Amino acid sequence: MITQGTFAFLPDLSDEEIEAQIRYVIQNEWSVSIERTDDPHPRNTFWELWDLPMFDLNDPAAVLAEVNACREAFPDQYIKVSAFDNRKGRETVALSFIVQTPDEEPGFTLERQSRPGRTLGYTSRPYAADRSHGERYSSR
Amino acid sequence: MSDSTAKSSFGMRRPGTKPGADAAGDQTDQDKDGPENDGQDGPALLDPGASVDLEEIRAELGAGQVLDDLDAELIGLEPVKSRLREIEALLLVDQLRRRFGLDTPRPNLHMSFTGSPGTGKTTVAVKMAEILHSLGYLPSSHLVTVSREDLVGQYVGHSAPKTKEVLKRAMGGVLFIDEAYALHRPDNERDYGQEVIEMLLQAMEEHRERLVVILAGYKDRMEGFFSLNPGLRSRIAHHLDFPEFDLDDLVSIGHRMLAEQGYELAPETESVFRSYLERRQTQPDFANARSVRNAIERARLRHAGRLVSAGGSIDRDALTHIFPDDLLASRVFEDED
Repeated sequence: MITQGTFAFLPDLSDEEIEAQIRYVIQNEWSVSIERTDDPHPRNTFWELWDLPMFDLNDPAAVLAEVNACREAFPDQYIKVSAFDNRKGRETVALSFIVQTPDEEPGFTLERQSRPGRTLGYTSRPYAADRSHGERYSSR
Repeated sequence: MSDSTAKSSFGMRRPGTKPGADAAGDQTDQDKDGPENDGQDGPALLDPGASVDLEEIRAELGAGQVLDDLDAELIGLEPVKSRLREIEALLLVDQLRRRFGLDTPRPNLHMSFTGSPGTGKTTVAVKMAEILHSLGYLPSSHLVTVSREDLVGQYVGHSAPKTKEVLKRAMGGVLFIDEAYALHRPDNERDYGQEVIEMLLQAMEEHRERLVVILAGYKDRMEGFFSLNPGLRSRIAHHLDFPEFDLDDLVSIGHRMLAEQGYELAPETESVFRSYLERRQTQPDFANARSVRNAIERARLRHAGRLVSAGGSIDRDALTHIFPDDLLASRVFEDED
């Protein structure tokens, strides 16, 4: 279970709730993009873009249709919707939330690394990353 | 959380609510997205024995108002207006049936507008979007106008993303495709237009609830286009034909345009204006209301030129009145010996 972006600690959003969020995004005239990944490390900020970012939208159904297309193509990956605010002085992601997580998330392991002087370095590593890219969450 | 939103739009402010006043409840963001959602869970179902006042519902939805505006704003076009009334009546009755809980399939709303240039197709399309929105058939009332260049790509695989982007922008409103027959080039079988037509067909089916497509163009060429694309014809329920304006219509259109721009015809100009339009009408490149607009633009130009070259003192009347000379200088009167 990775918690990244907004609403990550809530139960999964329903399609209606996603639509309501997108409506909010459109009202603010942010552009919307859909991204996916199967590398769940929390510091992985480079998710792959699904299709092209969407500008000048008027109806959330357009985004939801793309989300569903992405879900269909990658049923076992993480998918998130990000909204980019391009106003001067802002120019940043204004809202980002996960809309799909894989059915099974094996979680993370804590790795210890011995360093000179008997110090330890700690890092976390997703179990899923043991498998190669593209097959991490597919059911074998 | 809410008081921090006073200066920035960031934060958990609910759409449609004023910052700081967020205890209003969940109802507020429902109001924003129009009557579309209300159709499903808004007004309670009526008893089978109940009756409703048609006029009341009509006023409540506001579509009648749009139609009345249309009547007042558009001169002529009687067949189009009566078709619009019919469509509005159907949608209104459907809306009522829904209130009684009667099973009402969503009518097919895709349309084709055929007619010569300058007969008001775009204007009516804008109104159509408003009518459909106010009757709750579309979530918003925006109109996206596109033509071949916006849809068809320049190389293999370019059309699909282009078309998709246009469809996404139009979603929730009306997609108006001007000169739609240009999408199909029968003489070039490798043209990328066919791909666009297929995507359009798919979108017209898939997003019927959220997208209304209006195809527009000359009547004969649209006929040819439909006969080559039967799938498209069968998905379009309403074919509206825009008739040519007759001379009287053109004259009153001219008067209206002049009034909008703060001009008027001097009494002696009336007959000249009429005969100008009469001659212009028979010329091959006549584009109805658009030609009238251009004629007025040129008359304004000559009017201004005349005033400046005459010099001296100018009063208000001189600034607002178009005199026969402003029109008689036109090329339209030239070929008369």
